[in-house]
Amino acid sequence: MSDMEETEGAEGPVARHRVIGTPPPSPRLLGPTAVAEDREAAIVSDEKGFEEHIQGLPPDDPRVIVHASRVEKIVAACFILAFIAGCGFIAAYVGLGVHSVNKTLRSNLALGFSLSVTLAALGLGALLWVRHLMPDVEVVEERHELRSDEKDRKAFGSYFKEGTANSQFVKRPLLRRTLMLGTLPLIAAPVVLLRDLGPQPGTSLRHTVWSPGRRLLVAGTNQPLTPAQFSAPGSMITIVPDGYSDNLDELTKATVILIKFRPGELDIPTTTNGGTLVGTMNWTVDNIVAYSKICTHVGCPVALYEQTTHHILCPCHQSTFDATKGAEVIFGPAARPLPQLPLTVDSSGYLVAKSDFTQPVGPSFWERG
Amino acid sequence: MSENFDVPKALSGTGGWLDDRFHGARGFRVLMRKVFPDHWSFMLGEIALWSFVILLLTGTFLSLFFVPSTTDVIYHGSYVKLNGLPVSEAYKSTLNISFDVRGGLLMRQIHHWAADLFMAALTIHMLRVFFTGAYRKPREVNWLIGILLFSLGLIEGLFGYSLPDDQLSGAGLRIFEGVLQGIPVVGTYLAYFLFGGGFPGHLIVPRMYIIHVLLIPGILLALITAHLFIMFHQKHTQMPAKGNTERNVTGQPFFPYFLAKGGAWFFFIFAALALLATFATINPIWLYGPYNPVQISSASQPDWYMGILEGSLRMMPAWEINFLGHTLSLSVLIPFALPLTIVLGGAALWPFFEQWATGDKSYHHTNDRPRNAPVRTSIGMAAVVFYGVLWAEGANDVLADFLQIPLYTITWISRVLIFVGPLLAYVITRRICLGLQRKDKETLLHGYESGIIRQLPNGEFIEVHKPVNEEARAVLEAKKVPALLPAPGSEDANGVPAPTSRGALGKFRAAANRAFAETIVVEADGHGNGHGNGHEPAVAGAAVAGEEHDAVGAPSSAALPPGETPSGEGEDS
Repeated sequence: MSDMEETEGAEGPVARHRVIGTPPPSPRLLGPTAVAEDREAAIVSDEKGFEEHIQGLPPDDPRVIVHASRVEKIVAACFILAFIAGCGFIAAYVGLGVHSVNKTLRSNLALGFSLSVTLAALGLGALLWVRHLMPDVEVVEERHELRSDEKDRKAFGSYFKEGTANSQFVKRPLLRRTLMLGTLPLIAAPVVLLRDLGPQPGTSLRHTVWSPGRRLLVAGTNQPLTPAQFSAPGSMITIVPDGYSDNLDELTKATVILIKFRPGELDIPTTTNGGTLVGTMNWTVDNIVAYSKICTHVGCPVALYEQTTHHILCPCHQSTFDATKGAEVIFGPAARPLPQLPLTVDSSGYLVAKSDFTQPVGPSFWERG
Repeated sequence: MSENFDVPKALSGTGGWLDDRFHGARGFRVLMRKVFPDHWSFMLGEIALWSFVILLLTGTFLSLFFVPSTTDVIYHGSYVKLNGLPVSEAYKSTLNISFDVRGGLLMRQIHHWAADLFMAALTIHMLRVFFTGAYRKPREVNWLIGILLFSLGLIEGLFGYSLPDDQLSGAGLRIFEGVLQGIPVVGTYLAYFLFGGGFPGHLIVPRMYIIHVLLIPGILLALITAHLFIMFHQKHTQMPAKGNTERNVTGQPFFPYFLAKGGAWFFFIFAALALLATFATINPIWLYGPYNPVQISSASQPDWYMGILEGSLRMMPAWEINFLGHTLSLSVLIPFALPLTIVLGGAALWPFFEQWATGDKSYHHTNDRPRNAPVRTSIGMAAVVFYGVLWAEGANDVLADFLQIPLYTITWISRVLIFVGPLLAYVITRRICLGLQRKDKETLLHGYESGIIRQLPNGEFIEVHKPVNEEARAVLEAKKVPALLPAPGSEDANGVPAPTSRGALGKFRAAANRAFAETIVVEADGHGNGHGNGHEPAVAGAAVAGEEHDAVGAPSSAALPPGETPSGEGEDS
């Protein structure tokens, strides 16, 4: 190999400047060829990395000594830099306070940058050290057989048999079975102990706190609302039930979106599910309709409303509901329309619920039916 | 140096004292000379390891300040924009870590970046192991441990970033709860038991906390330890190279080389994470605000490793059926269970499937080059595309905004791509693998194009081909092709059909076996040099022909242990 290279010495540059698509020069492995080539190359070119042209030279070669002392200085500089940056880190901790956004920003910059420099300098120093100063040792280790030899396998088998026989585990089925019986409850115990992690769901997923006459409050201001106050068509607001405006557990089920339409836009088909009325125009007041805000897919709040198309969009998985048609699904993974909340007005003229939702809100569950 | 047997006094003193009691010198002697093969791709798993160490360090710091409670408090603190707002203790303490604990923000951000890097490194490490066949006997158990680590990492990450009880992670937790409810029969109970009742309740944060800081990290630590010990015991695989055989392992000793390199690598990874944490904000929970289950922000994205689940939920069309009076929410169940089952379950079964299909029960300590195992590489690429489509769909709203393509169009594209993409990936990858094998064959038989143009006496210009050196040849020849099992329907001397050919399963096995055995055979294709223009130059041609005899006539079977198939003996299909 190396002979060939040398006989074609006239093409020396070709050997060094690889043509794209040709195999790379020998990886530095064991082979004396690699050494010979590298030594050759070292004389011709200084542009190559250290390993490629110093590797293989004897340690007392002047070039190696010069190079090593240069690298030593660089490595030491790295470690000194790490020390300085590390001191900077401690200084930044002591000197720079926090307790405000701007101060935190400054502190984070100083701490983070000094820490990064310390770590990077340590890493760089260690890397240069191992790659440039430690001699390139290559060790070949034999792999041992993973499988035990036959003698050991046989011995294991016979010991096992002997032990089993001595224990009489096989011979005495009464003991064996009563032992298993005895441990059985113990195995079940941890599962039983987990029972009190939570209550049984019962019917809690079927109901919300909406009840006949409960007022609709505007989320945020918590003020009741009359149809006249919500007269701008096209807008959508979030509604919470009176008395539960900051009860997150109840709001998770009971929160409602209220949408006002122009006369004639709203066209909710009267739909029933198993004999239960689930959607009708009769539940709207003055072209105002209320739908559950909890997506029927996996429970995200359906917070986006496009006025021109009357589409309600869930930002999580893009289930899209047509607000004019009883929130029927027109795209996405949700399988059911958003439940409609029956609306009416009370004696003071405020919007109130006519009843609870007539079907469970939110994501599907096994017992939903 | 090493020839000098006089050890420093400190070592002989303390070391001797310890060795008298623990018999340590023997073990450490082995450890110090333990060989670690060198290849850039072997550092990928190390990234995961060091990220995990950094996660433990920063996580311990964070746990000193974090309050895992959803008790309502009114926030009064350094982030004045939220002053007076009712928030949970968890959220408030996370704000305090960020703005009132010196270095707290840095540690939080390093922790979060490290978690993302941990999962990314695990993923890429697993891809490396898969594509080089490093999971083969005897390393199947370590492969399974890796899959377990990845799965646990998903939950660990989800629970970790949900702890601050902010608006973004709360939405993720709600999705998680909604998905749990969708599980048939036990789903509602699972959700109620985990959350201590209806969503959100007040128990989920402390429960996630103890799972996140104790339970899962403990299991992860145990599994990582087992992973490393098994790797150590079985010795690392190595890439094909001159001098590397199935019976040896070539590389640098643990002490001091691997120790120094590994240490340097740890510092580099830590430095990179610290730099990211300094200059790239991650999870700014003060901008998201405290969690409120009825609010949401658009373009909510989970951390990257959850993207596949998010994408599959987004991709799925509506599908819900009533099963014997019960609701079966297939549009939740399928995207939740199917993709991860395909990817992780498929990965777990693959080594055993490959053994079954190839009938190859031998040890493999030398890695395959991906091109030399076209079926594996193509299946792997199909899985990558499958994962990638789901993952990209998880950001479909961001993509729609960025590419100015309607949202629904993106979802429809992904619904088609999820089926077509993996198929295309399989076909294309297989072609590329075989093409690369052909190129290897050309290089082996005729050398590489040297870039030297010669003019022959008759005026013709030719390019000189040079034979590859021994190192490259060792790599090119390291191709092992599984033996072909008896064809379906074939019978042995007694007229008994081969077991492999019986039944549908047998036919499937035979078909899989044929696919696995497909290869480009390297053999001297005659001295007419039938390829190319037929005017093979005399000079180069002679040299190449000479090399051919050396190389192909006597493949370096010395490097192969007895019983191993030398390269180039596989059947062509």
